[in-house]
Amino acid sequence: MNAVTVIEGNISVLRRSDVDTDQIIPKQFLKRVERTGFGEYLFYDWAKEPGWDLDPNPILVTGRNFGCGSSREHAPWALEDFGFKAIVAPSFADIFYSNCTKIGLLPVILPEEEVEALMGGTEARVDLERQVVSFSGREVPFETDPEIRRRLLAGLDDVGITMQRGEEIDAYERQRERTGPVTTAL
Amino acid sequence: MPKTLLDKIWEAHEVAPSLLYIDLHLVHEVTSPQAFDALRLAGRPLRRPDRTLATADHNVPTDGSNMAAQIRDQLSRVQVETLERNCREFGVPLYSIGSERQGIVHVIGPELGVTQPGMTIVCGDSHTATHGALGALAFGIGTSEVEHVLATQTLQQSKPKAMRISYGGELGFGVTAKDLILGTIGRIGVEGGVGYAIEYAGPAIEALSMEGRMTVCNMTIEGGGRAGMIAPDETTFEWLDGRPAAPAPLPREQWSELRTDAGASFESEVEIDASALSPQVTWGTTPGMVAPVSGSVPEPTSEGEERALVYMDLQPGTPIEGIELDRVFIGSCTNSRIGDLRAAARVVEGRRVSERVSAMVVPGSQQVKAQAEAEGLDEVFRRAGFDWRSAGCSMCLGMNPDTLEPGERCASTSNRNFEGRQGRGGRSHLVSPEMAAAAAVAGRFVDIREWEAA
Repeated sequence: MNAVTVIEGNISVLRRSDVDTDQIIPKQFLKRVERTGFGEYLFYDWAKEPGWDLDPNPILVTGRNFGCGSSREHAPWALEDFGFKAIVAPSFADIFYSNCTKIGLLPVILPEEEVEALMGGTEARVDLERQVVSFSGREVPFETDPEIRRRLLAGLDDVGITMQRGEEIDAYERQRERTGPVTTAL
Repeated sequence: MPKTLLDKIWEAHEVAPSLLYIDLHLVHEVTSPQAFDALRLAGRPLRRPDRTLATADHNVPTDGSNMAAQIRDQLSRVQVETLERNCREFGVPLYSIGSERQGIVHVIGPELGVTQPGMTIVCGDSHTATHGALGALAFGIGTSEVEHVLATQTLQQSKPKAMRISYGGELGFGVTAKDLILGTIGRIGVEGGVGYAIEYAGPAIEALSMEGRMTVCNMTIEGGGRAGMIAPDETTFEWLDGRPAAPAPLPREQWSELRTDAGASFESEVEIDASALSPQVTWGTTPGMVAPVSGSVPEPTSEGEERALVYMDLQPGTPIEGIELDRVFIGSCTNSRIGDLRAAARVVEGRRVSERVSAMVVPGSQQVKAQAEAEGLDEVFRRAGFDWRSAGCSMCLGMNPDTLEPGERCASTSNRNFEGRQGRGGRSHLVSPEMAAAAAVAGRFVDIREWEAA
């Protein structure tokens, strides 16, 4: 994963709430076994509606509860592949938020009125180090879980980090693992 | 200090702060191929194949095909074959298409008894919360996290906040677990549970069958919650006893401690009067856009609701019972277990599906299918004019040949009424199995409470 520090440039506005991952990337595109190339199918059905206009700018600004529904990581993959590097919204669905942070697509939560104000502009700058979004000559603070922020800033590979803690996991398994179902013995 | 059920399971699984040990990892064909690829690329082994279990469900045709080679859709076939190859290579037990234990991942886990009280369970699927019905902490993860669990058997995870929804009273005649959870989502909203693990409690929950509890926990994610859970009790133990992976004898005493202590505190508490709930029908494009069957399509109060009414081709003020249907789908990880099929069969027995409706029943697993056939339920459905299918996710999400055509309106026992979810342009109304069965016969929604009495 590439390190995430500052993302700046034009914004794209999607003024809808409760955008579910079925809209972001419909199911017929989940059959691929690769991780890349989902961008061209982003919002596949909505993109056919008259008046649809969503440019591949660095920053997507959108409504409440973005990314609800299915846990498909294909949704963040598609958004990132399309060109977005940060998504600003009043709130995100839990699994979607977590999935974004795993691939270095930065989710930013701002108060609803600030998102509304940002939607009226054309460009912005998101600074993860300082945790501020700058637009229209103003700076608006946002919060990120310190551990997630640390990993994003350093571009750390989660699996690699945890594997270095193999001894702790070994110890857990020796001391505390319960007897449980053994799937290989069924 | 008094603890919640969440506290107890969380603390027992902390390898270190925010590093959670995973007891069981369920795997299916859609969200795993990229994770296995990443392991291969990094030369990493799969840490605990004996704590991992796979099945093929999303892509599986429900026409009785019994091997991957018979799947006509090339991409679907490749995805199932890729799962089979990955499981062979990494030593993961797999119930693929053709196995008598194959089925929807959230049906087969409990059915085999690998889902047990007090466990941590994850799967690359948002409906993993289903397993919380047995007193486990279970939640959906993305593919990067699937990779993380395959490699380390742990997850980096901060503890969710705790919410308790307490249901007083009893569900009325004809009102089911599905209506309880739909009514709850209508009340808290599709974002109400974001950031929370939700414990369902109270007399109305204790009175539910195991299948009903799974229906409730299954739809937690539709209210924004990642995990739903119910304290294990005698109903849980009776249901688990004798299942293939269940311990014998059951550690009842130990499992009985898995309940929230008196005086434990929750970040959020909600109280709902179960006796005031009616059978529910969704009218819009989120599970929160829901009304009692005796009500009507409401006036829109937001842009999203306006948009939903256009998509659903519905006018405000239309009585729910006046909505006519083209299709009926009984199935999905929400409502495809034997109890669901029995309930639907009771409604259709001796009746005929309306001429304007095409109706299908899709058992959640091959074992549910075999059980239903042993009880003669397949004959009840067939005689009534239902299509009796093989196990899979089917028309819940249309990644297989079962889909809605544009403009078709469907009464569905599944969990999502999102735009295009069951097929591009399709219009989905979420209901209980009983309500779906009655709608199939009537050709429109009917109030099961009056209909059964008639």
